Amino acid sequence: MNEVCFKNLDKENPASFATYESTGGYKVWRKILNGEMSPEDILAELKTSGLRGRGGAGFPTGLKWSFMPRNQEGQKYVVCNSDEGEPGTCHDRDILRYNPHSVIEGMAIAGFVMNATVGYNYIRGEFMEPYYRFEEALKDAYDAGLLGKNINGSDISYDLYTHLGAGAYICGEETALLESLEGKKGQPRFKPPFPANVGLFGKPTTINNTETFANVPEILTKGGKWFADLGVENSGGTKCFSVTGNVQNPSNFEVPMGTPFSKLLELAGGLKEGRTLKAVIPGGSSTPLLSAETAMNMTMDYDSIANAGSMLGAGSVIIMDDTTCMVKTLTRLAHFYYDESCGQCTPCREGTGWLYRMLQRILDGNGKNEDLDLLVSVGGKISGNTICALGDAAATPVESFIRHFRPEFEYYIKHGRSIVEEEHQLIEEEASV
Amino acid sequence: MISDAAKKEIDFWVTKYPEGRESSAVMQALTIVHENGGSLTGELMQDVADHLQMPTISVQEVATFYENYNHKPVGKNIIRFCHNISCMLNGSDELISYLEEKLEVKTGEVSKDGLVSVKKVECLGACVGGPMCQIGDQYYEHLTTKKIDDILDNLK
Repeated sequence: MNEVCFKNLDKENPASFATYESTGGYKVWRKILNGEMSPEDILAELKTSGLRGRGGAGFPTGLKWSFMPRNQEGQKYVVCNSDEGEPGTCHDRDILRYNPHSVIEGMAIAGFVMNATVGYNYIRGEFMEPYYRFEEALKDAYDAGLLGKNINGSDISYDLYTHLGAGAYICGEETALLESLEGKKGQPRFKPPFPANVGLFGKPTTINNTETFANVPEILTKGGKWFADLGVENSGGTKCFSVTGNVQNPSNFEVPMGTPFSKLLELAGGLKEGRTLKAVIPGGSSTPLLSAETAMNMTMDYDSIANAGSMLGAGSVIIMDDTTCMVKTLTRLAHFYYDESCGQCTPCREGTGWLYRMLQRILDGNGKNEDLDLLVSVGGKISGNTICALGDAAATPVESFIRHFRPEFEYYIKHGRSIVEEEHQLIEEEASV
Repeated sequence: MISDAAKKEIDFWVTKYPEGRESSAVMQALTIVHENGGSLTGELMQDVADHLQMPTISVQEVATFYENYNHKPVGKNIIRFCHNISCMLNGSDELISYLEEKLEVKTGEVSKDGLVSVKKVECLGACVGGPMCQIGDQYYEHLTTKKIDDILDNLK
């Protein structure tokens, strides 16, 4: 556990420059500055490592970096997406707080590989503690002569800046993030052109997630094969998981890819006493819900979770026990997507409102029998009909919650109240007699 | 009017972006000008537009798109309480009700003494610490009614 991004977590000052250096930090960057590593060497190691984008889409990082036109003249940019906001996700916050230098070094290496001399780390506006921590680390890196222009007399330059968001989930979508970095509303761009050709300020840009960058220095220190071997086929390395919801000890854990879900649940202290597992969302609120049985048989890697019918996503494991009312939970998620839709595409802007209002109507006791099919139908009309994935993300929980727990929704519509709350009230009453 | 100190701070942010791209600093400029419990007025938005040499409408677009800017009067302290899934599963709804009763305010309102306003917000990215809230720069995690009492006692 905690072998890469969280490896300094048990040290006294995990975020400090001294701690990072004492555990091999900036070794790779210094080698690069001394001309001992070429971009091709780095891309080859990354491809061997099997590192895939940790933000949710899982695109191979080495491949993504190789798309950048590195020999094209003009400014190019590296952007880090620290706009962590997927409900259930909070491990990038810990990377920024406890291992900020790994992100700095990872971004600098990316800059060297893609011939980009400027990087921006987009940190969500609420993350003030991580922001201060990152800024402090940035200052230390500059003071140590590791960033700037013609670093250490080499022909390598790299300047890194932070940008703060101001509260918009959609800015986690990479092209919305670029719009936001340009000082505009965070509304996703139509692709193509892709950011590697037309990105920030119209220049070639590569955007990766915080955790992706944080993995890079260690991969290049210990080798791509070492990293790949930590995980399983198709899912190299370790992954940071946030385990939240109805568990004894909600926490972030960095574990090897392929770790059984049951083991992760155990690490989080298991369920509360007397409770049973009802359902699991494995990758953040935008990924399909799984039944308890399916979840207990899967391992935490891209393929196993896909085979189980969901996605690894951002590694945000939300645990629901038998006291969870699915109608209420889904309504809350629907409200989230309704609130966060940027309003650009009609199916999403209008559809998310429909989903939320219909679910709220059921919750208020005014549901109708035909509502369930209508909900699924509205969701289906959003999916695939929008510029970005937020529309699909809004439809996903609706479809999967209703598919798995239809009788619970039907009961709510018929009786105007939650069967779950009713049952648990009965149990409590019996216990008190 | 933007104070000289605020102007200086905005100008520091401007240096992060390429020449001619000063408008990238607009988000932070809006944050800077309405700190200290204030809300964004038309005048402040105009001042930001003038300072960054941006069309006023572009500033207004940004100011109304992002969640963290206040357009109505708020309390000296804003308690931003997460009510998304992970916090909800650990009792955020009950704690928000507790807070509303104790302060005699509804979410979205300001307490009579002007000291506090309560806002329900979406995921703040501290789910392992849920139920949680944000006041100013700080996150308060693993909240209980007792912890809320302590936090409120210490608000000035």
